Formats: sequence, C-alpha cells, structure tokens
Amino acid sequence: MRINVITFPGSNCDHDAFHISKIRGHQVEFVWHKDTQLKNPDLVIIPGGFSYGDYLRCGAIAKFSPVIAEVIKFAHKGGLVMGICNGFQILTEIGLLPGALMMNESLKFICQHQFITSVNQDSVFTKGLTPGKPLDIPIAHKEGNYFINNDGLKLLQDKNLIAFKYCDEKGQITRESNPNGALDNIAGILNENKNVLGMMPHPERAAENIVLSQDGSQIFASIEKFFA
Amino acid sequence: MIKAKVFVTLKPSVLDPQGKQVMNSLHSIGYKDIEEVRVSKFIEVKLNSNDLDAAEKEIHEICEKILANPNTETYSWNLEVISGE
Repeated sequence: MRINVITFPGSNCDHDAFHISKIRGHQVEFVWHKDTQLKNPDLVIIPGGFSYGDYLRCGAIAKFSPVIAEVIKFAHKGGLVMGICNGFQILTEIGLLPGALMMNESLKFICQHQFITSVNQDSVFTKGLTPGKPLDIPIAHKEGNYFINNDGLKLLQDKNLIAFKYCDEKGQITRESNPNGALDNIAGILNENKNVLGMMPHPERAAENIVLSQDGSQIFASIEKFFA
Repeated sequence: MIKAKVFVTLKPSVLDPQGKQVMNSLHSIGYKDIEEVRVSKFIEVKLNSNDLDAAEKEIHEICEKILANPNTETYSWNLEVISGE
C-alpha cells in the first residue's frame, strides 16, 4: 500500500505513523503541508500533534495549508483518509467530517490507555474488527470531546457513520468509560462515503510488541485487507 | 484605520466546561448569585482602511472562514474608525 503522512508545523505523531506504516511493509512518504501535490497515495494519514500550536482552535489554521486542497480532492474522489487526534480535529475543521472536538469535560489533558470498540462493520477501516470487542488504544488530548448537534447525531446514527465508541475493558459502552465527555461516547466517525475516518485514539501508538498494547494494529490490518 | 472587535461565543446549545469551572470557583469564594458563566473569545482586528461598509463585509467573511467554527460558535463584531498608530 502507498501511504502519505502529512506533516504540519507542530505535528508530532507523523514519525510514529510513518514508522508503523514502514514496519508493516508499506511504501510510505511524508508530505509537507506546503506541498501542492500528494505522492500518489492509497491512504493519507493526517497525524496527531499540535498543528500551528493549536492557535485559535485545534486544526483551524491547518485548513489553509496548500496540501489540504489536495487532501479534499483526494477524499472526494474516494481516496482513503485517516485523521488521528489532531488529524481528526483538522478533518472536522476542513469539513470532511461533521461536528467538532471540544475541550474535555474535565478541562484536563488526558494521556492514558483507553478501551474503544468498533461499532461499524461497514468501512474499510473497521471491516476487520469485531463490534463489541474492546481495543486498548491510547488517547492523548485536551480537545477530544466530540460534539455535533441533534440532527447531525441522528444522521451519524441513521447512516451508520460512527466508527468507534469509548467502552470499558469488557466492551460495554458506559458513561464511566467515556474519558472526555464525548457525545454518545463517540471516539471516531466516518464521512458519508465511509472513505474518511477521524478518531481521537492513537492506533499507531499501539501497534508493535515493544509497547503495552498491540490492538491498534488491528485497524491497520483491516485497511490492508482492502488492498490485499 | 478601522478597529474591529470580534466576539466569538459558544452556541447556547454547546456545553462550556470552562465556563462551568469558572462558575464553580466563583460559587466557592462566595458569589452564590452567579447563575451562569460562558467563556468566549475576543479578537481585535485592525484594518488599513476607513471604508466601514467594506470592513463590515470583510470581517463577516473572516468570521465565516476562520475566526469562528460554525458548528459550535456564533460571532458578532463592532467597528470603530481610529486614527492610525
């Protein structure tokens, strides 16, 4: 698979995403935010970090980077785009995904292992996952509290666009297992065509044996199946 | 020169955990009558022009494009002609 990882000033998970893509055997390249072309990708990863220092709102300034116009074109043509953490925030700011990521209910930056579960078998990103099965994937954010208005939430539910929800170690989706106040325990969503995924947890930080959890690799494996 | 004062405020339907925390703190130091606190953004923009109509249009445009997130925020502004500094 050919993977492009976008780097903005302030991205700090770009190398993690690059590394995991590389060790999984993919042809991966960085794309600088000022570039005006992508490098012929099958998958674009918008990584985590603090693009433009999170000035104004997380992801707000990244919207005007030249490469974003190309990412939007690529997504509209059906290309796979995956935004992780700040990447998710950017995807909502540029309108590829609905809703917004607000400050955590606790007002705190939360960095911890977190269980999430897939609630969707209808996308490349989640087809290989078992709904209800808990995945241990770290989160690290202060603005991860997903918000959308009532009509928007209904649309996400009706069109099956919720990809992941926060859950407990048994896979139960409970109020207590929601780390940041996100509406409906939402940890990740899809666009209507289901080729764009945004998620707050970091699968690239849980995808090799030297770290505590390897559950993130299941998400990459799900995408790989599509290209196999 | 024109100075625009832009206020970007969370929509009433959006929870404001910061405002809630500030309210809790005010209650804890004795200001029991405080009913609600909402934390907003105030952005000052200076334009190198004296054309209020054009400035009105431009400020509206930049609010839509970048200063506010229409999903969660509303905005308002006022304009004032000032002498250049």
